[in-house]
Amino acid sequence: MIKTTEESQNIAGAQLAIVKGGSGKPLLVFHDELGYPGWMSWNESLGHERTLLIPLQPGFGKTPRLDWVRSYRELAGFYAQVVREMKLDPVDVIGFSAGGFIAAEMAAADPHIFSKMILVAPMGIKPSEGEIMDIFPITIRTHLLSTVADPAGTPEFSRLYGGEMTPEVFEAFEDARAETARIAWEPYMHDPALPHLLRGLKTPTLLIWGTADHVVPRGCIDDYKRAIGDAAKVALIEKVGHRPETENSTQFERIVRGFLSA
Amino acid sequence: MKIGYFTERPVRWLPEEVILKNGAHFGVSNKYYDREKAADEYNYWIDENLYAEELGFDIVALNEHHGNPFCMGSVMNVEAGILARLTKRARILLIGNPLPVIKHPLRMAEELAEIDLISRGRLITGWVRGAGSEQFFNNANPAYNREYFEEAHDFIVQAWTKPGPWRYEGKHFHYRHVNPWALPYQKPHPPMWIPGVLSPETVQWCAEHGYPYFGLGTSLGPTCDLWEFYADTAQKAGYQAGPENFGYVVPTFVAETEEKAQELGKGFLFGGGQNSFARVEHTLPPGYNSKDAIRRLAKQPQGSWLGISGEKLRGHTEERIIDAEEIHRKLEPGYKRSQQQLQLIIGNPKNVIDKMKTILSVIRPGSVVMFNVQGPVSNQDRQTSMRLIAQEVMPELKEHANKLGLVDALERTPGQSKIQAGAKRVPVSDRGPLKEAGLA
Repeated sequence: MIKTTEESQNIAGAQLAIVKGGSGKPLLVFHDELGYPGWMSWNESLGHERTLLIPLQPGFGKTPRLDWVRSYRELAGFYAQVVREMKLDPVDVIGFSAGGFIAAEMAAADPHIFSKMILVAPMGIKPSEGEIMDIFPITIRTHLLSTVADPAGTPEFSRLYGGEMTPEVFEAFEDARAETARIAWEPYMHDPALPHLLRGLKTPTLLIWGTADHVVPRGCIDDYKRAIGDAAKVALIEKVGHRPETENSTQFERIVRGFLSA
Repeated sequence: MKIGYFTERPVRWLPEEVILKNGAHFGVSNKYYDREKAADEYNYWIDENLYAEELGFDIVALNEHHGNPFCMGSVMNVEAGILARLTKRARILLIGNPLPVIKHPLRMAEELAEIDLISRGRLITGWVRGAGSEQFFNNANPAYNREYFEEAHDFIVQAWTKPGPWRYEGKHFHYRHVNPWALPYQKPHPPMWIPGVLSPETVQWCAEHGYPYFGLGTSLGPTCDLWEFYADTAQKAGYQAGPENFGYVVPTFVAETEEKAQELGKGFLFGGGQNSFARVEHTLPPGYNSKDAIRRLAKQPQGSWLGISGEKLRGHTEERIIDAEEIHRKLEPGYKRSQQQLQLIIGNPKNVIDKMKTILSVIRPGSVVMFNVQGPVSNQDRQTSMRLIAQEVMPELKEHANKLGLVDALERTPGQSKIQAGAKRVPVSDRGPLKEAGLA
């Protein structure tokens, strides 16, 4: 088991909590809109060849909220400062769901900030077809269960999210939901300018999507591909939902490893 | 003491099963909307409020909710404008305008000024944050709810008092040209009375501003606690709080006989009652409550005023029952318990007088507002309740209030009883009668 640390760093004008683990070339990881659930099997697997840097989003409990951040684009601006101050750029990045939205906004604003970009079921673009599931008028339990195609048949999902919903756990989820609502209530989990700003991006990009995803529709993937063009490739993972990294971690790791090492 | 009349103006034509199937009032499809019946009802509610004035109620109170057959008042300022013209004496109390969901404080300042002008200074305005479901209905970002509330309030007070034109660039609202040509009749502006369900943040805000706080049928023990907290905050602000700082809205239904009152009073349970105002996922949108409030709620296993419990929030929701009789059987113990705890006042005039006197003795409000029954109760039975309250209950309550020295906010301006820092303040509630009634 790889040893991980969680440290709070004074960086980019904030006290940013960052989880670190693994060895090798850095891989920046942006967690999703419910927060980082803890070291996962894909973290362990990739950690043998890459150093995973996982900043914990401001306002999600560990890193204090930044009042001046009022949109994902502004959050992306903050993280761009973090990357520059840590002298990471250009860096490989992987973003999950709303974390993909963050990465895409960063790439749109600074096309040289990432060497490679992986967006897993990314939010951020209003899809031409389908809708991003509204995660706000549902309970956290309903939301969580919607993120995987087969909750009972996904042991890692049960390990991460199947424990007792203690007041502390509930509060952590509420922190994440509140902060996500604060910066993406309207327009809902997308930036109308993003597809325009991504045009012509040269950063090699991989779009990963589970074919049974009920949270982010295929339309988002198609629109990202359309916006970025030739630099973007699409990888589909069959019969999994919004969390391919836990629902089929073997295939997920193979796809990610292949893309990063190419 | 001032005694007011209030009704939610419930949709009375809707079959109860429709609400039960939906699991709550909020979200029931408007395919069930009956325009003819609605037209009749809106006119009836105006008439009912006129009848309240005729009977001698000091205040007619309005509220609004959105997307919800629990309450037909969707734009209460429209109704208030009509009452401003048609009433002659009663004060018009708005409990209250949901500033965060309306999101246009300049327009609000203009509307309220017109109501105050038409009524020649009889408006008492109030603000609320809006129910959780209304953040969804109006697409108002719940994470900014309190910021919207406070900024909109501050802006409106300025719009009413600071000669224009001037420019405003706030965090959430922006106006190039603030110069409303409708200013309130009352100077500097109408009184503001704030209703709530015991959020400490709102209680503190009211105390700091010297605004009367109105408990919305809140249970008496916690109400005492929060009112003492109000008085502590008031002392820090340099004044002694008194009855003029407090009001209470109490669901009340009276009939000639106890039996009839008990039967018709069950209208308060219609569709599951106020605990079925909205489903849990609509009641507390993300960021709507403070971190402290979420922490309290997460640790609290049992229900609160709106029927929301930590248990439900964590997702262990009960299976939805759609059998009306079974729902009522389940609600029956709560109906009795709420009456025993004096949160629901139902009965013949004598019993209602006794219970109301206990409430007045415990929480010592300067004003009370009687909230008429929900559900499909006939006009005649509703009006009988109003008449019995006005003719039999009200005189006794006023006499009792006089003995207790319950001065209202129109008789004594809140905040005018100054108190030195460090001086011992006077309690604003009295748990003694609660103990005597076995409720402490």
